[in-house]
Amino acid sequence: MIYLDNAATTKVKSEVLDAMLPYFTDKFYNPSSIYKPSRSVTEDISEARRVIASSIGAREEEIYFTSGGSESDNWALKGILLSRKSKGKHIITTKIEHHAILESCKLLEKEGFEVTYLNVSSEGLVDLEELESSIRSDTVLVSVMAANNEIGTIEPIKEIGEICKRHNVLFHTDAVQAYGVLDIDVNDMNIDLLSTSAHKINGPKGIGFLYVRKGVMISPLINGGSQERGKRAGTTNSASIIGFKKAVELKFSKREENNKYIASLRDHLRERVIKEIPYVRVNGSISKRLPNNMNFSFQFIEGEGMLLKLDSKSICASSGSACTSGSLDPSHVLLAIGLPHEIAHGSLRLTISEDNTMEEIDYVVDTLKGIISELRSMSPLYADFVNKDKESVFNV
Amino acid sequence: MYSDKVMDHFTNPRNVGEIENASGVGTVGNARCGDIMRIYLDIDDNHVIRDVKFKTFGCGAAIATSSMATELIKGKTIEEALEITNKTVMEALDGLPPVKIHCSLLAEEAIHAALWDYATKNNIVIEGLEKPKNDIHEDER
Repeated sequence: MIYLDNAATTKVKSEVLDAMLPYFTDKFYNPSSIYKPSRSVTEDISEARRVIASSIGAREEEIYFTSGGSESDNWALKGILLSRKSKGKHIITTKIEHHAILESCKLLEKEGFEVTYLNVSSEGLVDLEELESSIRSDTVLVSVMAANNEIGTIEPIKEIGEICKRHNVLFHTDAVQAYGVLDIDVNDMNIDLLSTSAHKINGPKGIGFLYVRKGVMISPLINGGSQERGKRAGTTNSASIIGFKKAVELKFSKREENNKYIASLRDHLRERVIKEIPYVRVNGSISKRLPNNMNFSFQFIEGEGMLLKLDSKSICASSGSACTSGSLDPSHVLLAIGLPHEIAHGSLRLTISEDNTMEEIDYVVDTLKGIISELRSMSPLYADFVNKDKESVFNV
Repeated sequence: MYSDKVMDHFTNPRNVGEIENASGVGTVGNARCGDIMRIYLDIDDNHVIRDVKFKTFGCGAAIATSSMATELIKGKTIEEALEITNKTVMEALDGLPPVKIHCSLLAEEAIHAALWDYATKNNIVIEGLEKPKNDIHEDER
């Protein structure tokens, strides 16, 4: 099997699993309890928090463990807006955010808050001038993702952080895809809140964190006990936190070498596809792009058929077609970068990991070529295109 | 997600292609919604569908329903073909996921559109056949 859907989730590394296991058995104790074995788990959690905090240049007490990216995003938006109701009601975000952000914004709009959804360029980049001119006197928060999950575009978050600081507006970034891949320093980049998820970096599912700059008031999303400094109730998820820490250590220790290797596979994939398959386009930016992400649109065909055929050849991938989103509309990201619906339907996202090989990439391209021409031979759109082409040739 | 029959008809679709100088051709759906189906009919003087071919732009279910629909009407009379509904196609495929039911509607509509084209070309009236909608999603919007 060839797994090329690492933006969806990644495999838990065996070292991560090994680190977690004792916390289900010998170290199962609730770290909130008073006895000695619990205190030892508490210390382990503290140590994990320190390691994780230092990975983004933050302090231990600025890291709040959550159930993952969606919770962190929900919390950042709702927690900040609710705690600042008297100060303002305006949020600025983009049209290409993850659904966790966009759906939270929709809910906040229903509650009377106002949201500006910034356009992006054809490469998926936020326009800094548009962002700055959207800031109003009642703007409370700007939320822009560090890198996009579908097309891999890396947003200028340092520049956005500067603008936010200048205007005294809080800045949240959804770094679920960027964390562990890109250099992120919350102080250098003026980031006030940052969301992550462990399972995107070979950690377990169901754990992530929200970084909240010291001094920034945020209302809890989950009320109850006093865990996470009273900001996020729920029994501490010890095993997952320890697993997350291990995943972070592994990811950061080999970050540069892995990024370089993964990007070389990605570039090979892109070059071969562009050269060998006609009527294809690359979605997203070429230069400002996550090393692991490649996203193509193949004209005249629909994405789900492609995925099923790839699956039958043991290749796991994903698409932004309507049929994979459960609605009639294709991905909001592909529409936001200006793709017509029929082109957006034919998209294919391949996200690479260090476990992939050049041979696998070659096999995928070879297989893809066959699949695309097979589906095109079935497509009335392709038939019309070819016929028109012939006509125009004949007319000349 | 899909039944074995759907996967079979998606993987090995029957009757893919075009018919030159077809008796009737029907195209329904739109690229915006991600599916377009085109059905070609070859109908003899006794109103029997001698041959049928299709071309489809769409998901696995759209291709499978096209394949199954063409199988179901092949060799049938026009009257018999009109009795093939989206339900017949769905049942023959051992069901479809709820979000894919519109694909079977598209197949039924494509057959009707091809028959309508045949009737128009030959200036005949096929009883029970109504002018097809170009876009089955019209009602959903």
